[in-house]
Amino acid sequence: MRFMIMVRANATSEAGEMPEDDTVFAAMATYHEELAKAGVLLDATGLQPSSKGWRIRYSGGKSTVIDGPFAETKELIAGYTLIQVRSREEAMEWARRFPAPFGASADGEIEVRQLYEMDDFPPSESIERFRELEVEKQRGAPR
Amino acid sequence: MRALKSAAIPGETHRAIEAVWRIESAKVIAHVARIVRDVGLAEELAQDALVAALEHWPKAGVPDNPGAWLMATAKNRALDRLRQEALHARKHEELGRELDALESHVVPDFVDGLDAARADDIGDDLLRLVFTACHPVLSTEARVALTLRLIGGLATDEIARAFLVPEATIAQRIVRAKRTLRQAHVPFEVPQADARAERLASVLEVIYLIFNEGYSATAGDDWMRPALCDEALRLGRVLEGLMPNESEVHGLVALMEIQASRTHARIDGAGRPVLLLEQDRSRWDPLLIRRGLAALARSAALGGARGRYALQAALAACHARARSAEDTDWAQIVALYDVLAQVSPSPVVELNRAVAVGMAFGPAAALEIVDALCAEPSLANYHWLPSVRGDLLAKLGRTDEARVEFERAAAMTRNTRERELLLARAAEMGQRA
Repeated sequence: MRFMIMVRANATSEAGEMPEDDTVFAAMATYHEELAKAGVLLDATGLQPSSKGWRIRYSGGKSTVIDGPFAETKELIAGYTLIQVRSREEAMEWARRFPAPFGASADGEIEVRQLYEMDDFPPSESIERFRELEVEKQRGAPR
Repeated sequence: MRALKSAAIPGETHRAIEAVWRIESAKVIAHVARIVRDVGLAEELAQDALVAALEHWPKAGVPDNPGAWLMATAKNRALDRLRQEALHARKHEELGRELDALESHVVPDFVDGLDAARADDIGDDLLRLVFTACHPVLSTEARVALTLRLIGGLATDEIARAFLVPEATIAQRIVRAKRTLRQAHVPFEVPQADARAERLASVLEVIYLIFNEGYSATAGDDWMRPALCDEALRLGRVLEGLMPNESEVHGLVALMEIQASRTHARIDGAGRPVLLLEQDRSRWDPLLIRRGLAALARSAALGGARGRYALQAALAACHARARSAEDTDWAQIVALYDVLAQVSPSPVVELNRAVAVGMAFGPAAALEIVDALCAEPSLANYHWLPSVRGDLLAKLGRTDEARVEFERAAAMTRNTRERELLLARAAEMGQRA
């Protein structure tokens, strides 16, 4: 099962600045090395400030593009780490070892969410319809 | 793991300790094994540390650094054990010095954890444990069971469920394997020079066997079976960290990542297998494909393009890169099979090469290769041979001969679904004739 550990943004990350505490990077590097050594690390990356991103809002059948930055800083994501583990408790144990994201003395928050697996979706009529189309396409293809 | 079940502690703490054990057990066993020079004894001592954790943690709470706690506790047990043996043998002087040396190695402060130098040591110990568990003195079955137990941290009943055998069988297999290692005085070390390549091949074989056992699981099987794929992948990724300069380790990981990327497309809604070229590629996992291609690039950068696993991974990568079955680069696949046939020649590789030649250059060229294989005794009962030959003959319009081959293949296969498909094709040939 896969879990995503998300680091919540703060004013520093939203300003695109590096944390004042320069031990943060060393702690992050060590932690991710440990994940890799244990064979559980799938992916990890930091996200640029929301000022470089945008949102698209869907409402009443219309969509509107809204440029960043966005004000509600603590609702934003500054980075994520994707792990594959054997149990929810193992994910909890790895999350517990995650270093304070903005330094030991700075406030910070991480959030952990489990990913859906393909098997979590029951076979649906629309997927079956799609599959039949695929098969026909292949049958009709020149060999 | 028996200790975990019998302990009367709240489920949540129990599961938390189990998770810690899974993360830490291999490292603890490996480090203790270097002290006591006996893998079986090392596992017992590590289990003792787990029992101690089960006693203390529910009351005192899980420590900040549970791994270091388990490590220090197990080490102390190991040193106690050696001290007793030393007293018993009355070889005080020599062993005394050795013990002093060992004791200076022990972390006095549990919370301090492990510094960088010691972490490297643990990597070495883990590698020793991997090579010992996959030692050629053991049967392949024993290597698989011991690897899952010692490095995978799987309980005996989990291994038994995964391999569809009684728990007692696996328990006995593990006990015997440990005894064999002890009696054969297998040194706890990473093989050097000449022996290294051969021993590494055994390690990779064990991991790939575990992967394939999981990969061959069918719908309705216990979830532990497919979990073997994840575990083999994890072991491979761990080994990449321990042996970053071995190209074939990256090759094997690449192969497993790409094969695992197809897990959800390999079986249809009714639980029937779907052939590679008929799979819905939108169900392939792009993250695993990307990881597989990256591992393949690491293998190639180390000069490993001609490795057995790297070549198979490169073949898998050809399919992974094709957006649809029609986009497959068959000429490239033929070129890879040409190399594989040189590096690791076998009739099965040759037959697969023939299929690729058929796709790339037409059925006539492929039929020549297949006809040359018909006298091969090792393929005498291999239904894939007449099935491929039938397909090529059908494409050449030689329907009577094709029908005979499909019927022959249908009689050989033990898979009901496959037999139905082959008989249907045979019948199709009859109609055309």
